Amino acid sequence: MEVNQHSPVGTHHDDHSHHGHDHHHDHEESNNFFAKYIFTTDHKMISKQFLITAIIMAFLAMGMSLIFRLQLAWPDTKFPFLEDIIGRWGKDGKLDPGFYLALVTLHGTIMVFFVLTGGLSGTFSNLLIPFQVGARDMASGFLNALSFWFFFVSTVVMCASIFIESGPASAGWTVYPPLSALPQAIPGSGLGMTLWLISMALFIASSLLGGINYVTTVLNLRTKGMTMTRLPLTIWAFFITAILGVLSFPVLLAAALLLIFDRSFGTSFFLSDIFIDGAPLDYSGGSPVLFQHLFWFLGHPEVYIVLLPALGLASEVISVNARKPIFGYKAMIASMLVIAFLSFIVWGHHMFVTGMNPFLGSVFVFTTLLVAIPSAVKVFNYLTTLWRGNIQFTPQMMFAMGLVSTFITGGLTGIILGDSTLDINVHDTYFVVAHFHIVMGSSAIFGMFAGVYHWFPRMYGRMMNKKLGYIHFWFTIIGVYGVFFPMHFLGLGGVPRRYYANTAYEPFSVFMDINVLISIAAIIGGLAQLIFAFNFFYSIWRGKKSVQNPWKSNTIEWTAPIEHLHGNWPGETPVVHRWPYDYGKPGSPDDFIPQTVPYSETPESNTPEDLKH
Amino acid sequence: MNLLLTLAIVFGVLVLVRIANVAQMAAELSGENEDDEQDKSNKWNGMGFLLFMIFGLALMTYSTIKWLPLTLPVAASEHGVKVDELMDLNWAVLIIVFFITQFLLFWFAYKYRYNRNKRSFYFHDNNKLEAIWTIVPTIVLAGLIVTGLVEWNKITDLATKEDGIKIQVYSKQFDFTTRYAGKDNKLGASFFRNITDANPLGVDSEDVAAKDDKIAKELVMPVGQEIELVINSRDVIHSVYLPHFRVQMNAVPGMTTRFHFKPTVTTAKMKEITGDDKFEYIMLCNKICGVAHYNMKMGVRVLEKDEYTKWLRGEKKVFEPAAATPATPAAPADSVKSPVASI
Ligand code: HEM
Ligand SMILES: [Cu+2]
Ligand SMILES: [Cu+2]
Repeated sequence: MEVNQHSPVGTHHDDHSHHGHDHHHDHEESNNFFAKYIFTTDHKMISKQFLITAIIMAFLAMGMSLIFRLQLAWPDTKFPFLEDIIGRWGKDGKLDPGFYLALVTLHGTIMVFFVLTGGLSGTFSNLLIPFQVGARDMASGFLNALSFWFFFVSTVVMCASIFIESGPASAGWTVYPPLSALPQAIPGSGLGMTLWLISMALFIASSLLGGINYVTTVLNLRTKGMTMTRLPLTIWAFFITAILGVLSFPVLLAAALLLIFDRSFGTSFFLSDIFIDGAPLDYSGGSPVLFQHLFWFLGHPEVYIVLLPALGLASEVISVNARKPIFGYKAMIASMLVIAFLSFIVWGHHMFVTGMNPFLGSVFVFTTLLVAIPSAVKVFNYLTTLWRGNIQFTPQMMFAMGLVSTFITGGLTGIILGDSTLDINVHDTYFVVAHFHIVMGSSAIFGMFAGVYHWFPRMYGRMMNKKLGYIHFWFTIIGVYGVFFPMHFLGLGGVPRRYYANTAYEPFSVFMDINVLISIAAIIGGLAQLIFAFNFFYSIWRGKKSVQNPWKSNTIEWTAPIEHLHGNWPGETPVVHRWPYDYGKPGSPDDFIPQTVPYSETPESNTPEDLKH
Repeated sequence: MNLLLTLAIVFGVLVLVRIANVAQMAAELSGENEDDEQDKSNKWNGMGFLLFMIFGLALMTYSTIKWLPLTLPVAASEHGVKVDELMDLNWAVLIIVFFITQFLLFWFAYKYRYNRNKRSFYFHDNNKLEAIWTIVPTIVLAGLIVTGLVEWNKITDLATKEDGIKIQVYSKQFDFTTRYAGKDNKLGASFFRNITDANPLGVDSEDVAAKDDKIAKELVMPVGQEIELVINSRDVIHSVYLPHFRVQMNAVPGMTTRFHFKPTVTTAKMKEITGDDKFEYIMLCNKICGVAHYNMKMGVRVLEKDEYTKWLRGEKKVFEPAAATPATPAAPADSVKSPVASI
């Protein structure tokens, strides 16, 4: 096959002379540490920077969740090691109730923003957009590097907030004022909240720089023959995600700025009629509900910013491993577009019982349940793709299957939460925690794992160990269902979320056993992630060397040499002749036909439709 | 403890290194090529998916049967019964869809696991199928939406009516206070600048409507009567959550929110229903509001009408005639009368 004939290494400097490159690159391969790892503008290196930062953040956030899971399952037990880890917040082995909220807040913030937005989009948009559209790099390498460094600094600021005297932000990841605005209300709303807001502002800057770059690259730098309808679904997903981010993150920035004004300059955007600490405050005329509108105007699109890339990665992985074209390629694109559009007009479903006008509530019920339709279409399309496939269970395929399973499970409970009548009694209970962890947390993490296992060889030129991958998968999916399935029952029992202990109402003690079960499952699931971490880092240095196209994929990133070159391809960028999903095509000798193979070379498998192209 | 932990980690890593090495070497030594190895993995994992589905669904069913009795008892309010019925309807639909889709997913995984002598079926578009699974969910969802919205409109329309017994639920960090409107069923205006230790709700002492208002540390309601909760907060957002009545509404500083409902089961009756003679209703704060959020609650009782009247008679007035001296405002305020919170 033509693709496999590129000699993988060493041609870089020679090619320099014969090929008219569209830009200069002189010393990128230099061994200077700073040039290679810090000031790099190369999309491949930036993608690794994002991934490794995200992995570290994910472990931090997971560690936090394990700490508060210990508290929830064994509220009367002392864990002396807590004092070693978190110092005075864990005095005598008891978690401090204020710090519980701080942990919950940071856990949520880090998972949603740093791991599943920055980490997921940052890693895979960076890696795959140039590779799969056939570009030599992002439209602006400099802005791209800037995007990572803003991200990095924002994670540093967030982590720094853990160490300050008054503790980190503790008002929940949604930081609703007045709680988040008034240090009198909770200590974490002092300096901790200021740092949270600074960190978020930096994160938003990073996300915008990244997003603009992704959109521009997809629109302008596609290689010859790569029409929009020949783009792999991964790219469509990243493209739509980037647009969502560019349109919605500025609104969060606005909310954050106004909150900064209220906190520091005495304005009253979100505050009014407050009496606290024995004195009335001078705020007048603001509305806490306004903040919620602004927050969720980002917040809802945000869940799709988290989810769509994962679905995109899964689409590619499922098609490659089922050795079958993705079913309903155009319908998949259309459903992503519809989801993206609708995601801007459903934010009110987070606010049914906040005092928002009930009529508005009805409108949001309607739009919310509309989103369920394209989501259902996607699920059925995945199922049909598997039907009569020839499925290779690589670790990435396992995780992609896991994603479909959790996406279904969590999506279904979403129908209950989206129905205002039913939401009345489960809003802000553990039912919600169960729902969003399954549909957003687990699905997106599964998508991310699928992506890492699949594209690891593309990133590091080596393979991850499959056996460890399988062990990792099985423990993870059992852990996920073990943790989050039982939580539905707590929610249906009326147990509120963000409670340090369920002592307020004696009958809640019937849930004690379930809480223990959940925490054990969480610990098992958490330990399984160590297997992943080990596999990942071990394989970077010691993994088996990758072959050119290890998964027999059609997409063009596998035509670039294994060794990373600046500019990706030593010669011209590949020319694309067909869509990316010709797997198992009747008549063709191999069960895949890469995008670079022209129809003229495959007379035996061309269909009448192909000839129209 | 720490030593142990360190040892455990070191040991774990060593084991993983072994697995990784052994797996790699075993494959190389046995001369097994990668395809054979992948064939084996496909077989095991395909089986794995099948077993995971069977055991998973069985376990879910079992735990549902086991845990469902732990969830909330029958709704203790008129609309709550409807909410529960709708919930059941939704569950019926969702569980069916859940079983079908999860079954197909894992069954396909098992059934179509890789076989090197086979090819997949090249099938990537079928407008009829796609139309079906766009239209069918749309119809089902439309049904769920319409039934839900009809109920939602009924519940929220009640709040615009004026026939409920008015009870204010006043929230602050970290407790609730209730105020009963008295004979006139009018709550006197309250304003945050009027708040003092003696007047924690900041009720306007000059408002005649406040004269007969009573204050309590308990939410007590007569059974079978329309109740209108008038919900306020003086510091941060709280949420008035009455799980047994399927009632929830946030308490937002600077505005008044309401929830209108009719309790239908007295506490005594609920003791019988649940077979638990210690049963009590509860009101919980359900919006993160500070360090002691998890402890912010209020006892709730539903009484027969005459018991309720008797109870209310015994409660104290917001402004007891004895303490007739009007409370002094906590801070110099230019407007003591409330322009906002007149209820
Ligand atoms: C290691 C596995 C995880 C466990 C055991 C876990 C556990 C929990 C629990 C028990 C809570 C609720 C605490 C409370 O309300 O008191 C929570 C909150 C949350 N989690 Fe996780 N979680 C995990 C992973 C994730 C992931 C992957 C995400 C990404 C979406 C995530 C996002 C959140 C968010 C947004 C919150 C809400 C924070 C808040 O209330 O402000 N979690 N987690
Ligand atoms: Cu939403
Ligand atoms: Cu509260």
